Parts: sequence; structure tokens; C-alpha cells
Amino acid sequence: MLKRIVYGVCGAAIVGLGIFSIYAWHPAIDPVEPTQTDYSPHVIEQGKVLAAAGYCSTCHTPPGGTAYAGNYEMHTDFGTIYSSNITPDVETGIGSWSQAAFARAMRTGVSRDGHHLLPAFPYEHFNKMTDDDINAIYAYIMTSVPAVNQAKKDNGIPFPLNIRWFQAGWKLLFADTQPFEINSQQSAEWNRGAYLAEGIAHCGACHTPRNALGGEKYAQMYQGAAIDGWIAPSLTSTSTSPLPWRAQDFYEYLTTGNSPYHGSAAGPMAPVMHKGLSALPDSDIEAISGYFAEIAGTNNTDEPDSSSTLQAAIAAQDQQPDQRIDQGARLYATACQACHYNSDQLVKGRPLITIGSATHLNDPSNLINVILDGVRSDQGISGVVMPGFRDALNDDDITAIAAYLRQAAGENTWPKLQQKVGEIRNQPRFEH
Amino acid sequence: MAKFILNGKPMTADVESDTPLLWVIRDELDMTGTKFGCGIGTCGACTVHVGGRATRSCITPISSVEGAEITTIEGLSEKGDHPLQISWQKLQVPQCGYCQSGQIMQAAALLKDIPEPSDKDIDAVMGGNLCRCMTYVRIRSAIHEAANAIKESNDEQTA
Repeated sequence: MLKRIVYGVCGAAIVGLGIFSIYAWHPAIDPVEPTQTDYSPHVIEQGKVLAAAGYCSTCHTPPGGTAYAGNYEMHTDFGTIYSSNITPDVETGIGSWSQAAFARAMRTGVSRDGHHLLPAFPYEHFNKMTDDDINAIYAYIMTSVPAVNQAKKDNGIPFPLNIRWFQAGWKLLFADTQPFEINSQQSAEWNRGAYLAEGIAHCGACHTPRNALGGEKYAQMYQGAAIDGWIAPSLTSTSTSPLPWRAQDFYEYLTTGNSPYHGSAAGPMAPVMHKGLSALPDSDIEAISGYFAEIAGTNNTDEPDSSSTLQAAIAAQDQQPDQRIDQGARLYATACQACHYNSDQLVKGRPLITIGSATHLNDPSNLINVILDGVRSDQGISGVVMPGFRDALNDDDITAIAAYLRQAAGENTWPKLQQKVGEIRNQPRFEH
Repeated sequence: MAKFILNGKPMTADVESDTPLLWVIRDELDMTGTKFGCGIGTCGACTVHVGGRATRSCITPISSVEGAEITTIEGLSEKGDHPLQISWQKLQVPQCGYCQSGQIMQAAALLKDIPEPSDKDIDAVMGGNLCRCMTYVRIRSAIHEAANAIKESNDEQTA
């Protein structure tokens, strides 16, 4: 009897493994000669815009390196990953990839030679794109990106996670493989926004929380997650921002790098906005803004300038505790307030921190990151900077300022704030 | 190699990327109107404008101002005749003078954002600019004076 069970289990396991192997196995697609097919300038331009909107170069270019040549270093919970060379170099890039091989990689995360790509490459989002859009990106890369011969560095992912066949199982369990579907209940503009946000812009890759194995939790789509030592905040009704993110707020944020009622595009969001979405035409940014406003449920909210929340935050600036007693308030007055104070109304470029999204997140990471390293001229509002206080203020000082602001914003204290400041100060400084 | 625009002119500086903007302005470009005070962004003596906004240059690494437009006290006005510089002279604001270029740059940014500031607004925005000679009362008066002068000149232009 026991023998029969053992045989049965083994048999089932072998059959299962066999079926999985068939599922996991993908043939190599024959290499092709690098082609300069006569794509129309219109298609190439469309591909250029889409490649920018998907910030392909952000992850496929190391700091100071050649565009699209790969080896951008990504720290993941599973080890260090280096991005691939996607220039049309035949030996080290994708020069020998046919259009079919490129489309398969974009849709299913399988390389031309048949091996599975890691899900740091968000193919489950790119799969939402139309054939025309994917082919346009191919046309742009093949005709307009200079070929660079640069071998990809080996990933630092430990055994057994580095076994590529396991990726097939990951896809089976976690990847959304459905094509984009038009929602007939919504307007054409909403659908355009959804198509861009869920596809090329892959907003959910950072803003949707992931499970222990790195799969997006689709039931909690856009509800916020940690990324590169920062928080990608919730874009839904679970947002902790005191003032609602309306369509015009998303639009202003995505076109100028800053929403006066919420904050600036800093950290990992800076290149998304400045090097990515800014390539899209205005109508597309409006569509994305409308899509997220609909998700957040803020379409019918009041003008923030007249809201009691904002009026209270502005008035609260005058009710400061004795500055000699409160170290945080004293430091804030000397180090921060010159730029962050507002008179009777908000001025863009004078972020009122007590109303800012970062102060109202349950995690202090974003506020601490900005205090430590500031905001460069190519982040947030273009050409404007905030200095970093990393070498000016110690952990006690920064903790005092953050605690003061959190209290002044009317929120509960952040637990273990001082410890968190120390951790963030010592974490690797991500290049964005 | 950092590139930026200083007082309207394109500039480059061959310095390490973490070099403070203040050092580049004073030591590389020999413009000494901007002063070094505390070195930790809490006294305001090093204030310049980056993208039109008052910025403490002692803690701003040169790498973070790539491509930005920077204005120092030397470039605030062509002939030293910004309304604040005029009111500063009229009310004899400075005593030792060390903090004053930072005070004026901060005040200029203040008047752009809040053209008719109350005493409370001035105290809040200027609170990060320290003056060891305690010229604060005259600084506040001179800011009001300049605000009035700007308002009058605007009224004349629109009249």
C-alpha cells in the first residue's frame, strides 16, 4: 500500500514536472541581421516618446553611463540585479533580436534565446500595450539608439533563486497576463489614462504593494509600497494626504514636478516625471491624471484653497511652542522656515510641510530622505533645489525636526523615529 | 565638470561633485560677496538664489545645481539699485555688514513670494538669517520700505 502511495506521489510529481517543463520551456528565436527596416519617421518618433514614457533609460542606464547600455544596479530583497544592454549591439545588446523576439520579451518576459527574464523588468505591465506601440519602441531602439558593446554584469542573486526556470512558476502564480481591456463604463479619456498607467508607465510596479515573493498584490492596486528606501504613496482613497489629489493636482505634479498641496517628485519619482512622463503629449498627462483622480475618488472635491484643512495648517504656523524649549521647532525656524513658510495663501515653491503628503504617510522615510539629501535641480521643480542636511544636522536634530513637523501636522508620533533616521542615513544612497 | 548659469553667464567648475556651491562661488569664481557663516545651513550668510529661490549655498552640493540659474548678491541688480539695496542704504541697516548679503538675498526672495509682508511674515521668513549685531529691527523696516517702493513703482506703471 505504502509502495503504491509513494509510486503515486512520485508519478504525479514527474508528470507535474513534465507539464511545468513544457510550460516553462520557450524556444530560442533565431537571431537576425541587424536591420534598418524602413520604419516611417512617425513610427520612430512614437517609439521614442513611448520609450521615454516607460523610462526605459532610467533602469537601463547606470549613473554617468551610456544610455540603454545596461548595468544599472538595482537592490532588491532577493539580491542585486544589473539591467541588460538594450542597445542594438549584436554581441552584448539586442541587435540580433527580431521584432517578434522583442515583442515576446515585452509581453512574456522571455529573452530571445528562450531564458526567462527577472520580473524587475515589468513585462506584466508592458503586456498591456498594443502591438503597434511595442513595435514602435522596437523601431526606435533599432534605428535611433547607438549600439554600445558592453557586457552585462552578473547578478548577485543567490542559489536557488537564480534558477531561471523558477521564473516560469513566478509568472504562473503572480503575473497578470491579460491584455488591456477597454472599460466601456468609462470615457475614452479614462481608458487612455488606464492604458498608459497600467501599461507603458507601469505605475503599479512601485505604487502597488508586493507579496513576499515580489508579485504585485492586484487586490491592493496602487495602495502604496516601499521602493528604494522611499515610500511610493497610495494613489487610492487610502491616501493619507490631508488634501485630496484631484485630477488638476496630478496634472500639475506630473507636468511641473510639484503639487503645492502635496509635495514634489523627489527620489525614485523624480526621473519618472522628469525623464519619463514629460515626453508624453499634454492630452496623455491629462488622461493619466483623470484616471488616477477617478481611482482616488476625488472628482467632486472642493477647491483646496478654501478648505478648512488648509486654512488650519496655515494658521497653525503661528501657534509654535516656545522655541527655547522645543528643539525641533527652534531648528525648523532657523533651518527650514525661510523657504517653507507661507503667508495667507500657498506659493508654489514654498512647500508647506505640515500639509505635504510625506508628513502624513505612516512611514517617515520620504521626509527623512529629503531632509538628508535635499532635492536636486533635476528633481521636483526644475532648476530649484533644496540643500541636503546630511552633513549639517545630526540624527538628534533631524529627529527633532521631523517629530515637530509630524506633531504640527496633527498626526500621531512616528514610532522609533530616531532609529529610522539612523537607518536611512546609513542605507545605500540610491541613484535616481 | 559642473555646468550652471551664474548671474546670467554660463559657467563651468572643475570640482568634485560634492563640493558646496558656496566654495565654488567664493574660491573658484572669486566672487566674495556671498559669505561663509555656520557651514550647516542655519545662519543664512551664504544665501543665494537658485532658480529664483533663496538657497543656503554652504550645504548645497554643486552636483545638485546642474543646469540651474544662480544669482548672487553681485547679480541681484545691475547697478546695486535693487529696491532693497536702496532701502538698506537709506535706513543704514548694516553694522559690521557680514550677514547683510545673505539678508538681502533672502529678503529679495521673500518680496517675490509675499509682496506685502506683515511683520509676522518677515519674522517667519527672515528667522533663519542671523545677525550678531542685532540689526533685525532695521532689517524689518527696510523690507517694508522696499515693499512700498516696489508697490508704488508698480502702481505708477499701471496708472
